[in-house]
Amino acid sequence: MAVATVPARRILSRTVVYAVALAVLALILVPLVYAVLGGFRTTGQIAEHPVGLPEPWIFTNYLGTLQSPAFWRQVWNSAFIALATTFLILPFASLAAFALARYRFRGREAIYTFFTIGLLFPLVAATLPLWLTLRDLGLLGSPWGIILPQVAFGLPLSIVILRPFFRSIPADLEDAAIIDGCGPFRFYWNVMLPLSRPALSTIAVLTIVGSWNAFLLPLLVLTRQDQWTLPLGVNNISTQYGTDTALVLAYTVLSIVPALILYAFAERHIVSGVTTGAVKG
Amino acid sequence: MQTTHEPLEIGQPVSPTPAPRPLKGTPGRASWMALAALISPALVLYVLFVIYPIVQSLRFSVYRWNGLGPLVDFVGLDNFVEAFNSPDFRAAVLHCAIIAVLSLTLQLPFALALAVILNQKLAGRGLFRTMFFAPYVLSEVVTGVVWRQLLRPDGMVDRVLETVGPLMPGVSSESVQEFIRPWLGDPGVALYSLFFVLTWKYFGLHMILLLAGLQGIPDELKEAAAIDGAGRWQSFRYVTLPLLGPTVRISIFLMVIGSFHVFDLVWVTTKGGPIGATQTMATYLIDFGFGRGRFGYGGAVSILIFAISMVLALLYQRFVLRRDVEGALT
Repeated sequence: MAVATVPARRILSRTVVYAVALAVLALILVPLVYAVLGGFRTTGQIAEHPVGLPEPWIFTNYLGTLQSPAFWRQVWNSAFIALATTFLILPFASLAAFALARYRFRGREAIYTFFTIGLLFPLVAATLPLWLTLRDLGLLGSPWGIILPQVAFGLPLSIVILRPFFRSIPADLEDAAIIDGCGPFRFYWNVMLPLSRPALSTIAVLTIVGSWNAFLLPLLVLTRQDQWTLPLGVNNISTQYGTDTALVLAYTVLSIVPALILYAFAERHIVSGVTTGAVKG
Repeated sequence: MQTTHEPLEIGQPVSPTPAPRPLKGTPGRASWMALAALISPALVLYVLFVIYPIVQSLRFSVYRWNGLGPLVDFVGLDNFVEAFNSPDFRAAVLHCAIIAVLSLTLQLPFALALAVILNQKLAGRGLFRTMFFAPYVLSEVVTGVVWRQLLRPDGMVDRVLETVGPLMPGVSSESVQEFIRPWLGDPGVALYSLFFVLTWKYFGLHMILLLAGLQGIPDELKEAAAIDGAGRWQSFRYVTLPLLGPTVRISIFLMVIGSFHVFDLVWVTTKGGPIGATQTMATYLIDFGFGRGRFGYGGAVSILIFAISMVLALLYQRFVLRRDVEGALT
């Protein structure tokens, strides 16, 4: 291998690398840009000129969606379910993980293993019996019929993430807290929670994204249209107004704005969440 | 809540390492009441909404039952036998397996190649990473709705093929027209179209996982290989790839298990059609069990889906997790 060819080779391989990266970038962006711009066209324009900038720009699809009470009700329903799920999963998972991490008692490992078994239960397989349970509890057609199962199915992974985190906090800190007269609850609240903020925000962000995007459970549980979440709304618009492409696209684009904002601000948490989640789960 | 009336073995703080080390100072105490208060909220929800339904489905899977009234019509394993013999259910399992195999043979190498690319010094690397991972944050519903519009007959995808195709050497516009078909409407290609969309959404996840794995490999090892005369390919093949093994196995597991649980995307785009060509186990369950009010049969299908997931997960635990993770991370 002649020395002189090395830079040329390097330039070539650099070019290939950039070409591949840009091609994939285009593959990701084109559908998204198509959707955003499509919302600014009429359906007729989309059929005739799906590529290029809209001419003229049409605002009625986006404005119409933003003025639609049904859209805002779905935003509210989705937000309520996502936040309620998160606000329940954080205390429930962290209290249990705290007890399982910091105290020694009979059956501790058995309880922990019992929770981790839940990692093997996919929501998909449990849907049908879960629906029956919710019916017996009178939770069908109620947002709580989504929230409580989501919390329950989120607990295993959250506990699996939190327990090692709690364990890694030095025993000396606990000794000091006990000497200062701290009981378990105060130790949990004043020492453990502040120290575990990274793990807790990771769980919170993953829970919000998962809940915001959830489809199967809401599809079966939320029967009344005024209880629908955004994914149900998007699916409905897409089925009902399938031929009005522009309206479908505008509605869809607006429904993902909150998720994209969250991604922009919490990318680090999402990435670290899926990475640890994958390794542990 | 600092009580001491239950002195058994309750109340000593657990040391951070798995092997118990001697405790310094006064051991913290928590009564069983306190422990119950800590654990029971989670435990109650978990048992009520995860464990109980699954146990219930075991029970009613041996009955013919429409979901109403008492379980009286005991049919033994007939529901399972019916599922095994149903061409629709077999097709659904096959479709999931096809998605799994395609994921391993196409999506995984694709994600790995991009992870390797983004592991180099590259202008705009952070932006590429953010963008490649972005589809993972979108819901499958949104992904499905947008791609359904793109893949429509005479939609964006067809237009792009018509424009770009003839520019390639040896491709005429006639052969492009012959190649174009209803991507989601043709039973011969619909499943592969869906696999393409799934790849669009999920390759970023695997790229991120593999990238994290690559970044965990010390540069010294590659330098040592280079000093020993290894070329870039040899260094990748014999140093990087073996060390990336644990991450690759995790990706493999997630891909396989994910393939067997696909629901949202299929439901939004094809609902399992055309003529059952994209039916997955989950859409089959909703369609044939839930949709037709056959809860006993649906219970049996649930159990089968669960059993397949369980076997896959246990294999993973047995061969992957234990070897790679134990001691290192937990």
